[in-house]
Amino acid sequence: MQYSPQLEQRFQKLVSQYPWKRSALIPLLLYAQDEVGYLSDEVIADIAKRVELTELEVRNVISYYSLLRTRPAGKFVVQVCTNISCMLRGAEEVFEHCERRLGVGHKQVTKDGTFSLEEVECIGACSWAPAVQVNYDFHLNVTPETMNKLLDDYQNKTRQ
Amino acid sequence: MKTIYTPTPLASHPDEVRVISKRFGQGAHEIERYIQLDGYKAARKALEMKPEEIINEVKASGLRGRGGAGFATGMKWSFIPKQSDSPKYILINGDESEPATCKDRLLVEYDPHAIIEGVIIAGLAVGAKTGFIYLRGEYRYLLEIMERAVADAYAKGFLGKNIFGSGHDFNILTHTGAGAYEVGEESALMESLEGKRGLPRLKPPFPAIKGLYGGPTVINNVETIATVPPIILNGGKWYAAFGPNEKNGGTRLTCLTGHFNKPGVYELPLGYPANKMIYEVGGGIPNGRQLKALVPGGSSTFLLNREEAESATMDYDWFAKRGEFLGSGGVVAIDDQTCMVKVALRIMKFYQHESCGWCIPCREGTDWLKKTLIRFHAGAGATKDIDQMLYLANNMAGRTFCALGDAAAFPTISIVQKWRNEFEQHLGGRSCPFEKVGDRQAVLV
Ligand SMILES: Cc1cc2nc3c(=O)[nH]c(=O)nc-3n(C[C@H](O)[C@H](O)[C@H](O)COP(=O)(O)O)c2cc1C
Ligand code: SF4
Ligand code: FES
Repeated sequence: MQYSPQLEQRFQKLVSQYPWKRSALIPLLLYAQDEVGYLSDEVIADIAKRVELTELEVRNVISYYSLLRTRPAGKFVVQVCTNISCMLRGAEEVFEHCERRLGVGHKQVTKDGTFSLEEVECIGACSWAPAVQVNYDFHLNVTPETMNKLLDDYQNKTRQ
Repeated sequence: MKTIYTPTPLASHPDEVRVISKRFGQGAHEIERYIQLDGYKAARKALEMKPEEIINEVKASGLRGRGGAGFATGMKWSFIPKQSDSPKYILINGDESEPATCKDRLLVEYDPHAIIEGVIIAGLAVGAKTGFIYLRGEYRYLLEIMERAVADAYAKGFLGKNIFGSGHDFNILTHTGAGAYEVGEESALMESLEGKRGLPRLKPPFPAIKGLYGGPTVINNVETIATVPPIILNGGKWYAAFGPNEKNGGTRLTCLTGHFNKPGVYELPLGYPANKMIYEVGGGIPNGRQLKALVPGGSSTFLLNREEAESATMDYDWFAKRGEFLGSGGVVAIDDQTCMVKVALRIMKFYQHESCGWCIPCREGTDWLKKTLIRFHAGAGATKDIDQMLYLANNMAGRTFCALGDAAAFPTISIVQKWRNEFEQHLGGRSCPFEKVGDRQAVLV
């Protein structure tokens, strides 16, 4: 498996820095996913080797964590929090707006592969609700109108 | 990957007492600036103190765990055995996933060195040489800030070998999670850091005896540990005096969320009157509506009705006397136009989703309750369901391996008991009385 030199360097550091090698597993998976887009069979096999686990053990861990995925997602993963503080300030409207505009539902990817949509649990931005995360970027105090603009901006990024 | 600083709005109110938020917005994520603002003085002072003196100072401060359980921090540290064959560890819980809680992120963003300094002091107090700072996977930009702060502290010689030229060694590693509420539970957190699924461990043994990698481990919340440096610098008594008594010492970051005119994170002294918190600090309820319910500290706590909320004081004792909990600092105001069945449903949906499935009362209980609440909110509930929900929730509480089962049961019990009339209004095929025609009939599931 070929990663970027920066990621390879980071991997080397991760597997050597903990008292037990296995501790590096979750960071390895997440960083690999950031670069590759998802945890392909090839990535899983590679990481299993690095931390001296079986592929099955690695898959068992992957299935537990909500950020880890074994299938490709959209270029931009739109995560709308609808938990209590966000719900009270209109998160469901924001989510429904995304559904209509993107034509996909929870955990689905748009046909052109640009967007994934997800309804997520609390992302720790409750005082600035409703909160949305697109990949790792937070967007606060979102309304259906600003959400629409946000999706425009991301859509435009794909054209650059 | 580029670092993006969230333009997090900082709230403020004259009643705030800024002990841990005093450096917010002052550029203290830069180590030089942090040092100018009294940074690393407490760690230097702690290096001159005996471990017992550090622990006694923290005991005197009345500091209690800000992660939600409210355990006395000095006491927790004193449980770590002096002699140990396996290395001891400090583990900082930055999983911050309790709904309505959004305070730890501000400490990482605006004052990351305070966390590092607190970890060093905790290490000196219990004889640990390594600390871990675990942040939830969603907090990537915060992890980058934290990593940079740690690297800067190493470069200064405040971490690594011979810290501050004292002869002591101390290392800190940062670590990312990958999405899971349950790993916020301390034993599940250790499992996760060891590279496993976040299933809790059976206790005993407690982490203080056998924790991370089998060694004695102190687990503290981000806010708890960031409070340690000012306590060491100014004295435990000084800190305790901000609160009403020595068991409810100091201040805490209070996250006002939901139906407030001025939502935000405010540092308020313990024992602050909830009435003032709601109507002055939080600016009251928007749109001329009335308060119906208040979540005092994260969605795991018992909800208060309006009369209770207006007479509460925000300290551990007020809630403990009622057999309830102050919780995590995440306050939610709920106005009188909100359907409490829907609130109960949304809360249960979360716990059902996050249950790790190990114990039957939690796994099956959350699932049944969610299904019943969905049915109820859609107008297909039956009278007997109301008592059935109470029965189920009461039988989950206290009967599970970890406190997630309680966390799911407590809000449900309080909502069904206090707003039973709203459940009755949903009976007989009637649609939700709080939703206009054409609105969503049930929470997204
Ligand atoms: C299901 C569950 C989730 C929890 N989530 C968190 C969390 O996200 N952050 C946190 O600090 N504590 C959380 N806790 C509490 C921790 O188990 C632990 O009590 C705390 O981290 C100890 O630190 P403190 O004493 O400084 O509060 C959670 C507990 C449970 C049962
Ligand atoms: S209470 Fe729930 S989350 Fe906790 S161990 Fe049991 S099943 Fe898992
Ligand atoms: S409830 Fe939405 S960010 Fe916390």
